[in-house]
Amino acid sequence: MAELRLKSVRFRAEREADWLRLEALVDKAERGSAASLTDEELLAMPVLYRASLSSLSVARATSLDGALIDYLESLCARAYFFVYGARTRALDRIRGFFANDWPAAAKAAWRETVASAALTALGAISAYLLVMRDPEWFSTFVPGGLAEGRGPDASTAALRATLFDTHHDQLLSVLATFLFTHNAGVALLAFALGFAFCVPTACLMVVNGCVLGAFLAVFIQHGLGVEVGGWLMIHGVTELFATMLAGAAGFRIGWALAFPGERTRVEAVGAAGRQAAVLMGGVLCMLFCAGLLEGVGRQVIQSTAIRYVVAATSGVIWLTYLYAPRGGGPALARG
Amino acid sequence: MGRRSPVARPPNAWTPAVGEPAEDRLVRELVTPEGVDLRVRLAETSERAAAFLLDAAIIIVGLIVLTFAAIAALVGTGGNEVSGQVVAVIWLLGAFLARNAYFIFFELTPRAATPGKRALGLRVAARNGGRLTADAIFARNAMRELEVFVPLTFLISQGSQVDAWLDLLGIAWCSIFVFFPLFNRDRLRVGDMVAGTWVVKAPRRKLMADVAETALAGQVAFAGRGAAFVFTQAQVDAYGAKELHVLEDVLRRTEARTIAAVAERIRAKIGWLRGESESDYAFLDAYYLALRGRLESRLLFGRRRRDKFDKP
Repeated sequence: MAELRLKSVRFRAEREADWLRLEALVDKAERGSAASLTDEELLAMPVLYRASLSSLSVARATSLDGALIDYLESLCARAYFFVYGARTRALDRIRGFFANDWPAAAKAAWRETVASAALTALGAISAYLLVMRDPEWFSTFVPGGLAEGRGPDASTAALRATLFDTHHDQLLSVLATFLFTHNAGVALLAFALGFAFCVPTACLMVVNGCVLGAFLAVFIQHGLGVEVGGWLMIHGVTELFATMLAGAAGFRIGWALAFPGERTRVEAVGAAGRQAAVLMGGVLCMLFCAGLLEGVGRQVIQSTAIRYVVAATSGVIWLTYLYAPRGGGPALARG
Repeated sequence: MGRRSPVARPPNAWTPAVGEPAEDRLVRELVTPEGVDLRVRLAETSERAAAFLLDAAIIIVGLIVLTFAAIAALVGTGGNEVSGQVVAVIWLLGAFLARNAYFIFFELTPRAATPGKRALGLRVAARNGGRLTADAIFARNAMRELEVFVPLTFLISQGSQVDAWLDLLGIAWCSIFVFFPLFNRDRLRVGDMVAGTWVVKAPRRKLMADVAETALAGQVAFAGRGAAFVFTQAQVDAYGAKELHVLEDVLRRTEARTIAAVAERIRAKIGWLRGESESDYAFLDAYYLALRGRLESRLLFGRRRRDKFDKP
């Protein structure tokens, strides 16, 4: 009865085995990773994918079996995502990120970084001046939980004790972890808020500066300016820098949304968003370092001079790493 | 896609023969480098919300388990300071990772989907059809901070002495981001927009048996008993591709009442007198085979008959 069979049925019978083989390969690849496929299977994949794609074209043109076309569409789409999807090894990806992508993203966002720094400085200076004139302002800028008794009413001795306290010694690692997760949350917020046309991110930067300025003012009034500098800067160089970069990442998105230029708004935001995301990955790494410095380094190192040395070293390291011109070819393909 | 020149889309290009227009509104062109349009279907907002709720449930359960494990570990080690520290660090990092890394980790796997998305047959894809890069996945998930956690924090902080107007403003501001996917045709949330991604349906379909094959087998068995179906030219010209697909569905579902009703309709339409020992199922099988043979041979000559209103 072979002559009674439809052409489309014969077409399917001839190619069915290839489709099923491709389906099995895609299943296997989706379950594990590209590494779970043998060399032979890896080589067969694109060939089978193209064969199935051509089957799909033929089926659309000649077959009226709806289920078959649906099946081929779903199979080809799954294989397409695998064949053309990202399959860089995780290690290469991480190396590329640290070697090229992160510094490149930071360099590209230098204008936004300067803007974040300026806003933070603006907040810090205004809060500093206000608190110097009238200490009552302190409670406006610094929420009670953060102040921990370091307000303007505290005695010089008490303030000095907060700078060189050792009672945290037992819980250093916990403190470092807590600081990291807290700061990372704030940084992610600064990034995400940039989407609302930069405004909330700008506010966040100014507020961040205000807290800093108010703290400085209280300690300077008690003649502890040098000591508080060491206390703050040992981790602050890294942390403030990271916060400014997070703000810069947010600004980049908001700016692209407001002024997309030649491209469509969606395209511009997409491009800016991906670059800002790389920057944010870097920010999280920096905040991790800052958390360690703040939670462990600051409690262990009690000498102001050494604190300044650590602060200066970290500043030099970050600036050189991110902004120094580097040789080498074009950036590795990201993925 | 709306700005394509007519040259890029020749009038003969394949157009769907199946599918309601309601579904087509979410179908997007995805042309592979080989030049075939894969016609991906975007996920419905409801499907994405369901996937997110599933993921959120998994995260919350995970956190509860982690908390209990931490308490048990503390009690088990007698609660001295060193073990307390270790447990606290593990809990803090675990909670941070559950909140931020869960989505990123699962979307970086070859399936590009969290367990919730996987359960609903969804996956993340780059909008330009290219590679889904790690930074795109990071960007779309970093935006969750704005879409989920800010509104949540805002909701929790209700009840403080905030001004009613401020409340209202905050609600309006949060809802912009929460309901963003409802207000654009690609169902993008803010994170998708920023990352250049979208969420598509990529269900795993099984290759089903061809109805024509089973129909043929049935007919061969029938022919052996001397009751073959022979349709005239006019009878097989009664319907088009759309009706053929409905018939295919009916035959696959094999519900006796539907089959009887459909067989009755078709007999009336083509003027077929029911034979004595003729079953509805055998009749539909035979008619499906004849109709598909006719339509497909016309297709080979470049004539696609969309439905019964199309000229044969």
